[in-house]
Amino acid sequence: MDGGWLLLAILFSSLGPGIAIFFLPEHRQGLRTALNLGGAGTKLALVAVLLDGVLRGDEYYFSLPLMPGIDLVLAADSLSLLFASLSAVLWFVTTIYAIGYLEGSPRRSRFFGFFSLCVSATVGIALSGNLVTFLIFYEILTLATWPLVVHRGTPAALRAGRLYLAYTLTSGLVLFTAIVWLTLLAGAEGFTPGGYLDGLADTHATTLQILFVLLMIGFGVKAALVPLHSWLPIAMVAPAPVSALLHAVAVVKAGAFGIIRVVNDVYGTELAIELGLTAGLLVVAAITIVYASIQALRTDDLKQRLAFSTISQVSYIILGVALAGPLGIIGGLVHLVHQGITKITLFFCAGNFAETLGIHRISELDGVGRRMPLTMLAFTLGALGMIGLPPLAGFVTKWHLGLGALEAGMPWVLGVLILSSLLNAAYFLPPVIRGWLGERREPWHEPLQAQAGPTRFETHWMLLFPVVFTAALGLLVGLFAGLELSPLGWVSLIVRRDYSLPEFGL
Amino acid sequence: MIPADAELLPGAIAGLVALSLAVAILATAWPRQAHRIGLLGALAVTAWVLGLSALFLNAGPDPEAAATRVALGGWEAPLGLMLHLDGLSMTLLVLTAVVGLATSLYSLGYVHDRIERRQFWPLWLWLWAGLNMLFLSGDAFNLYITLEVVSLSAVALVAFTGTAAAVSGAVRYLLVNILGSLSFLMGVVLLFGEHGVLDLVLLEARTEAGPTERMAAVLMTAGLMLKAALFPLHVWLAPAHGSAPAPVSAVLSGLVVTGSFYLILRLWMGVFAPLATPAFGILVGMLGVAALVWGSLQALRAGRLKSIVAYSTVAQFGYLLVAFPLMLVDPGAWRVVVFFAVVHALAKASVFLAAGTLQHAAGHDRLADLGDVLRARPRTVFALGLAGVSLMGLPFTGGFIAKYLLLEAGLGTVLAGSVIGVLWVLAIAGGGLLAAAYILRMVAPTFHRGREDAGETVSPWMDWVPLGLATIAALAGLAGTLTLNTLALTPGAP
Repeated sequence: MDGGWLLLAILFSSLGPGIAIFFLPEHRQGLRTALNLGGAGTKLALVAVLLDGVLRGDEYYFSLPLMPGIDLVLAADSLSLLFASLSAVLWFVTTIYAIGYLEGSPRRSRFFGFFSLCVSATVGIALSGNLVTFLIFYEILTLATWPLVVHRGTPAALRAGRLYLAYTLTSGLVLFTAIVWLTLLAGAEGFTPGGYLDGLADTHATTLQILFVLLMIGFGVKAALVPLHSWLPIAMVAPAPVSALLHAVAVVKAGAFGIIRVVNDVYGTELAIELGLTAGLLVVAAITIVYASIQALRTDDLKQRLAFSTISQVSYIILGVALAGPLGIIGGLVHLVHQGITKITLFFCAGNFAETLGIHRISELDGVGRRMPLTMLAFTLGALGMIGLPPLAGFVTKWHLGLGALEAGMPWVLGVLILSSLLNAAYFLPPVIRGWLGERREPWHEPLQAQAGPTRFETHWMLLFPVVFTAALGLLVGLFAGLELSPLGWVSLIVRRDYSLPEFGL
Repeated sequence: MIPADAELLPGAIAGLVALSLAVAILATAWPRQAHRIGLLGALAVTAWVLGLSALFLNAGPDPEAAATRVALGGWEAPLGLMLHLDGLSMTLLVLTAVVGLATSLYSLGYVHDRIERRQFWPLWLWLWAGLNMLFLSGDAFNLYITLEVVSLSAVALVAFTGTAAAVSGAVRYLLVNILGSLSFLMGVVLLFGEHGVLDLVLLEARTEAGPTERMAAVLMTAGLMLKAALFPLHVWLAPAHGSAPAPVSAVLSGLVVTGSFYLILRLWMGVFAPLATPAFGILVGMLGVAALVWGSLQALRAGRLKSIVAYSTVAQFGYLLVAFPLMLVDPGAWRVVVFFAVVHALAKASVFLAAGTLQHAAGHDRLADLGDVLRARPRTVFALGLAGVSLMGLPFTGGFIAKYLLLEAGLGTVLAGSVIGVLWVLAIAGGGLLAAAYILRMVAPTFHRGREDAGETVSPWMDWVPLGLATIAALAGLAGTLTLNTLALTPGAP
């Protein structure tokens, strides 16, 4: 149990404050903010300590017997750290954003309690050392997110919540059954780079194929793979910080991370290729990328367009994993981070437009660049990043995915990438063009100023700072992708260290 | 050398029976002080049971050795009365103590009328004593007597508020119980007539799959199924459990029903084990699937909070029936079934207590008009939701672990080549979805926009005990290994 306390501390740095917040009376705003930021800051510091330790080669491991032969295992490998650091950083900014966003609204204790639970579950997913542990945190995430989705309490929110639960709980049961089955066959092994199912490949090939499909259904709902994606655009009714968290860090990413774990650390890429599993996954991912982009074109609602864009972009991660070569995996893994940073920027921007000026539709964006230049600049950076313009984060991803496709000998994937970039441009450029070049004739509605008085910047600073921060981060991870500690550097390290794949050079 | 703990054990077992009886008798003799005696007694009995379990685990009888058996008054079986403690009874004694203590604390706040207090506490303490003796009884006749003590005090508890609904519910409950007990008693008589002994261990050694055993099995099982409200003999449950006062509902749905189920399990693992055939197993499993579906649908249609919870008991007990065919394939699965029953009892009791708090605050429990109170009492709703998560079988709760183990047993039968096993797996997995749907019905109104109205004030006990018990039900997820290992200390069981 070396250093297991650190993993537990990371888990409890958000769980503890979360539980405390539940019991806080509504008016204790100062204490609640302190708990929130204290927890988020502590987690950030602890993850940094963990990162340092793992870089030095320390082992971190915690286990607790749950059932005969099955343990709850927390472990830190470089892949889990990728996801854990992403969630720790983005949680911190989202917390600031959420405090600003919800200022003065009712039921904040409930909101932030579940918010913290949600992040604890996400970190738990990142640090899970085996499938059963993963399942536990995955299902907790489902339950902890529901109150956030229905937070507004409108009939539309409750309908979205019902749909969300119907999709996620059903897929959760499929996943549950598949994991119990797999554990029955192969034992409760920990995640192993290269997989641990080799012994079963000859005797149980068909069973393993069936199980893979079941696992993909289980994870695919949260990762919003077509045709299991319908809940995501409807869950848009949630408050902006929730959407940001859902799309960039928690729910969607948990599904994608699960797929990465299954392909790389349970089956292993070699076995997955041998059983013909990655080919199927590749096709599903490609369809999802194109289909969701087309859907995004058809909607005028800004947040809904962003939601369809998420569906499309998260499938880049799946695409990279399904390419099953080192470069493809690098592209997929690095997109886990890049998509998170870029998409959270876009959602923060959408939230700022809605909160400050009451704008929800793209057709209302005309001239917003003059009223809110910083937010619009951030939005532009995010949009261009999604399209994949160098030197922004999205470019790094698409470059590696393209190389990966060539390496895997599948040039048609290149076609998918190009088509999807064109579609990205088609649905992201109009809001940018309207924002900068459009003209607004009548004065803006100012719901925020009407409610809280004039603000010093273009909007409340707690709404503005996160946007600027994540936009700058998106720029930096693209510019400095060559550095050792950039997401790309880290991911290359993971691929080199964990996956005994042949040496490669760029 | 025998360890000291093992020598203390017989005394501690007899002491538990004496203590719980003494508390009940004292409270009956001195009704004015019944609630004080009751509280002290509850604490003492709980402490005693926990101490006993520590002794039991320390003494560590290996599974092959005989269970600890105490002959009362020095009369050995077959003539005398035997007390019998093994892993199974120990687990259920601890469950009873935990739920019993929580219910007692809750009742401090719930039963505050002076007259009601004098009626409630003695009855409740007799019920508890009866359950303790039931789990410790080692012979068929003694089981009958203790079952009667439990049933009759339960009937009186349903009726004690004296309202028309309560009395009619109680009368129905009484008839069901009498019918069930008579049926059970006839089975006991048949067995005694054939073999001349009542002690379960001696009986088990003498029985074979003969016509008398078959008849006795049918009579005793039918009687107990009626009492345990197992499908299709469940129709009485919802009105009785729904109309009883909240702490009574909690005890009925959590403990009394589980007690009857315990007896069924005991009998079929021992005396009637030779009678179980695969076809019979499939029949029981089908009944379980029907119970799951029917109970859940009723819970989805019911308009009152407590009716939903009561129907959920019918549905959840379907799992226990579904597990029966699994036990025929993998006899070791019985421990999973008991763990499931324990976790269900904890969760169900806390849901009933939470529902009672809401009902008390609102003055009614019609779901359609409950929104204001639900919104104003997040703590109670949280308890309801947390225990509900356990009922759904989702992490991180005892229900998840139980569901995992059940699913594992189900998939085990499929892998062993049983086609019908697919149905059991579907039922076990799908049942959780139905549970989620009816739990959501109770919790979702909290999130609607609308007025808040805390309703009548409730005592702190009623505010906090449901949350505490729900937390215990959730933390039971950590006790899976311990419970299964304790249950493994049951000699004679597979």
